[in-house]
Amino acid sequence: MNKSTMKYIGKRLLISAITLVIIVAVLFLMLKLMPGTPFNDEKLTEAQKLAIYAKYGLDQPFFVQFFNYMKNMLTGDFGVSFGIVRNMQVSDLVGPRILISFGIGIAAVILGTVIGVLLGIYAALHKNTLADTLATIFSVLGVSVPSFVLGLLLLLLLGVTIPVFPILYESSHPLRSSVLPVIALSFGVIANVARFTRSEMISVLASDYIALAEAKGLDRTTIIRKHAFRNTLIPVITILGPILVNLMTGSMVLEQIFSIPGLGRLLVEGITVNDYNVVLAVSFLYSVLYVVMMLIIDISYGIIDPRIRLGKGD
Amino acid sequence: MADRERILKIRDLNISFTTDHGKINAIRGVNLDLYKGETIAIVGESGSGKSVTTKAVMGILASNGTIDSGVIEYSWNDENTGEHKTVDIAQLSEKDLQKEIRGRKIAMVFQDPMTSLNPTMTIGKQVMEPMIYHYGKSKEEAYKKTLELLELVGITDAEKRMKNYPHQLSGGMRQRVVIAIALSCDPYVLICDEPTTALDVTIQAKILELIQDIQKKKNLSVIYITHDLGVVAKVADYVNVMYAGKIVETGLIDEVYYDPRHPYTWGLLSAMPDLDTDDDELYTIPGTPPNLAYRVDGDAFAPRNQFALNIDLRVEPPMFDVPGSSTHKVASWLMHPNAPDVKMPEALKNRIEKMKKEGE
Repeated sequence: MNKSTMKYIGKRLLISAITLVIIVAVLFLMLKLMPGTPFNDEKLTEAQKLAIYAKYGLDQPFFVQFFNYMKNMLTGDFGVSFGIVRNMQVSDLVGPRILISFGIGIAAVILGTVIGVLLGIYAALHKNTLADTLATIFSVLGVSVPSFVLGLLLLLLLGVTIPVFPILYESSHPLRSSVLPVIALSFGVIANVARFTRSEMISVLASDYIALAEAKGLDRTTIIRKHAFRNTLIPVITILGPILVNLMTGSMVLEQIFSIPGLGRLLVEGITVNDYNVVLAVSFLYSVLYVVMMLIIDISYGIIDPRIRLGKGD
Repeated sequence: MADRERILKIRDLNISFTTDHGKINAIRGVNLDLYKGETIAIVGESGSGKSVTTKAVMGILASNGTIDSGVIEYSWNDENTGEHKTVDIAQLSEKDLQKEIRGRKIAMVFQDPMTSLNPTMTIGKQVMEPMIYHYGKSKEEAYKKTLELLELVGITDAEKRMKNYPHQLSGGMRQRVVIAIALSCDPYVLICDEPTTALDVTIQAKILELIQDIQKKKNLSVIYITHDLGVVAKVADYVNVMYAGKIVETGLIDEVYYDPRHPYTWGLLSAMPDLDTDDDELYTIPGTPPNLAYRVDGDAFAPRNQFALNIDLRVEPPMFDVPGSSTHKVASWLMHPNAPDVKMPEALKNRIEKMKKEGE
């Protein structure tokens, strides 16, 4: 890695950090603007409520609260839960769930991308044949059928009719329990990636440099492997960002269906009981994941595509 | 020139494409000869079939194209045995074409250097690739030869350039690289498909000179495909004027330029932009080329030809020899001994006179 690349990554890291601070600020503000408080119990008197607010610092002006939150966050303190498990450290609440949620999500992205790319390339190489049409139908289905519908279908098929996998998430069998959710989530990824890969591959194969490779007397396999593959993958990488966002929202519902003790489910619960700190922490985690993914995508884009690489390249 | 060695012989080549609009007869009976060390040019409008002809020679016709009939004979002396060999490219399998012909015996320089190089591969790798692939050269050998080739095509600082990617080079530089790639397997025939069309005018002449220079050094045979008659005049020994999938006039450069016989060639020469013409408007040939999805009766150019005879609309003209020349041939009924004496337009005649004077 040369100096200009390091400089570029440094710059991107700084921008990412600023982005995250802004995200936290906006989240913080929006949560404060939400109606209700975490302490909506009718049995509490006005005085008791004020005492609780004072205890958690919720009586402070907005900027003081924000400043305190940021200050604590930098030391790794995300505050305590107000509702879900009262007074439990949010980091303790969130920590064990990260692995479960991200594990399933990353597995779905990897599985979906690999299968999607292969499927897309296959369809492109067999353009306008039956196989291509089937792949296209599959892609349209995959894009239009939400992951939770597929999840329910899989549950019915492989959980109830042929009980191969557990219906609900079992913490004692995390791998076996993750199979169905991963498949359900990856379906959309496969479809998106396959569709995109197919059209990219087709346009790459029609390009002049493929004609030149042909004129060099290379065989078809070499042409595809050495000249078409990389140029097809570059644009495919860019859609992984949006796909990831899709995946995050999809996983929230899916975690409910499969009763997965993950972040998505925690977030939904947190929102229903106005558990500020939990909502903030989980949303922040999602943002970090997204920003980091975008960073990785941009950097890998630069590695795989010399035109994006910074500096003069010499 | 009795000892000329024929390298390519195309006879009665017919190529058609199957499309949604039916079968299109893109090439209709083309005859061509290419001799060692010589240069021929194929000129004509877009869609006249000049590119298709050369693609057939390379065996890279689009998947919906087929060679219906004809031979494309390629002859060479075997490097090891010295034996004279001939193959019919039209009959070769895709595998043989790919392994034996493309890149190794016949190489191609493409039109647009901005898009014909792989954007994600270094220049060096792209030039080295065919020689490693075809001849199994080691990396070191290939590297050395690539350096020589890049220097040959006039790339300075070749060692540094080899690590560059195409986007770091100018258009003219990239075309030099494309030429280096074409030369990488020491081909005998170089097909240049409008090699300068996409380049700056200032670069065009340099690239043409380079190709000529290399041709002399390596004793290559070159086929130029172009619609630029100026380019043809500079580089070619022979010209073939193509119209609607047929060669309508062929001959030495001087014969076709100074003594054109086919009305289409008259049109082409008249349509050449010129600084010292008296006309305000640039001459254009009226009408458009025929749709080859339909059968062409008679001379395909007849509907656009103000000198067309009655017979032109009914019977296809054969190739007539121009009297006094063994090389100049014209497919026009005007050449028939019984045809009325039609002279080329006066404006063109003046123009040719001027060209002749400048040429001397």
